[in-house]
Amino acid sequence: MFTEIRVLMKLEFQTEWKNKYALNGILFYTFCMVFLVSLSLSRQVNPAIWNALFWIILMFSAVNAVARSFLGSPPGIRFYLFTICSASSLIISRILYHSLLMILMGGITLVGYCFFSGNPVQDLPMYLACVALGGMGFASTLTLISGIAASAGGNASLMALLGFPVLIPLLNVLIRSSRIALDGLDRTLIYSELGFLSGLILLSGTLSYLLFPYLWRE
Amino acid sequence: MLSLKVFRLGYRTGAIVCITYALIAGLCLTLPNMGGNMAQTSRNVFYHIPMWFTMYLLMGISVIQSILYLKTGNLNNDVRASAASQTGIYFGLMGLSTGIIWSRVTWRELIPSNDFAAWWSWDPKLTLVVVALSVYIAYFLLRSNIEEPGQKARISAVYNIFAAASLLPLTLLLPRLLGGLHPGGEEGNPLDNVKLAAEFRVIFYPAVLGFLCLGLWLFELNVRSRMLSNPTHES
Repeated sequence: MFTEIRVLMKLEFQTEWKNKYALNGILFYTFCMVFLVSLSLSRQVNPAIWNALFWIILMFSAVNAVARSFLGSPPGIRFYLFTICSASSLIISRILYHSLLMILMGGITLVGYCFFSGNPVQDLPMYLACVALGGMGFASTLTLISGIAASAGGNASLMALLGFPVLIPLLNVLIRSSRIALDGLDRTLIYSELGFLSGLILLSGTLSYLLFPYLWRE
Repeated sequence: MLSLKVFRLGYRTGAIVCITYALIAGLCLTLPNMGGNMAQTSRNVFYHIPMWFTMYLLMGISVIQSILYLKTGNLNNDVRASAASQTGIYFGLMGLSTGIIWSRVTWRELIPSNDFAAWWSWDPKLTLVVVALSVYIAYFLLRSNIEEPGQKARISAVYNIFAAASLLPLTLLLPRLLGGLHPGGEEGNPLDNVKLAAEFRVIFYPAVLGFLCLGLWLFELNVRSRMLSNPTHES
């Protein structure tokens, strides 16, 4: 099982690296969002608005990045994976891979956003922890949703429709906890929030693990 | 089959008797004055809160039926799951509208009606209910996107379980963490269930029972009409 997950993750990285078009597309999409938002803010930074817009940018790029997981792959790949590996190791490897991808994307977005519209963050390590947990949260909820949208024969817009209701609560918790780090408040306040977030990630990860085999059988 | 008939007779009678009682007693009896703006509007407790209980009951039924579908593959379970969530949405909308009207006359009496703040407060429970309702709207969008019945049932069951189970901890925890107008929060609400006076309780509990029975009844009718319009599902 563990070797299977490792091999599948390696496969993900290799396909991504070989097919740079998709990765570059997501990076460009995020860059455009960051630039557009910063331009509209025109340097009049209110920390609350800065924070909310940061998470909304990240959410949209997460929906776009994770949507490719099952939607983008040609049918041949699907049958190939179906014959060589079990559903549970496939979903775990995809969640792990997208967590890494989203943590990376979160870091890049944060750097770009700070470059264009200033950096009001006062407790940077804790803010980065929120970004990392946020990336994992997006990955663990959206990977299964992407599988659902792909099985429904849908497109990226169905993925967004299904994903948003599930993401709203996560986004609400993320904005609230990152606001504590942004204002540089006492760290004891943020630990319970981060614990709650980790619980949410564990929950959606477990649910994906349990439910995905039902989706994958054809 | 006899026990099912008895059960159905039970909830139909329960719905008629209890709701009639709750309507007459809840609107006509003299109740202790809760003070301030709550004086007479507190009667809404008999109609607003049972809507939520019924919504949770129906959505619970929907999730359980979805789990059963994944276990057994019986399409009847899928019909019940979608019928329960559809009926649940109606109760949710009723709860939302009674809540909006209640908060408008209780907390926002002084705000003119043309100001949107008079109608919508960012109360955490309100927010979460909108999220929960949007999950079920997405659920029906997903269903309408798939043609083949077996695939439709399987995929929508997975989404139903995933969405409901990831929302459950939030509906239970977040309002308590964030406070707001509802009981259990920090600001608190004068109508805390624990402190609910005995005069209220003798009407409130039958009202809850009555609306739960009504929910089951509507659910049954919904399932039967779906079965009739699609006879292949009959077992």
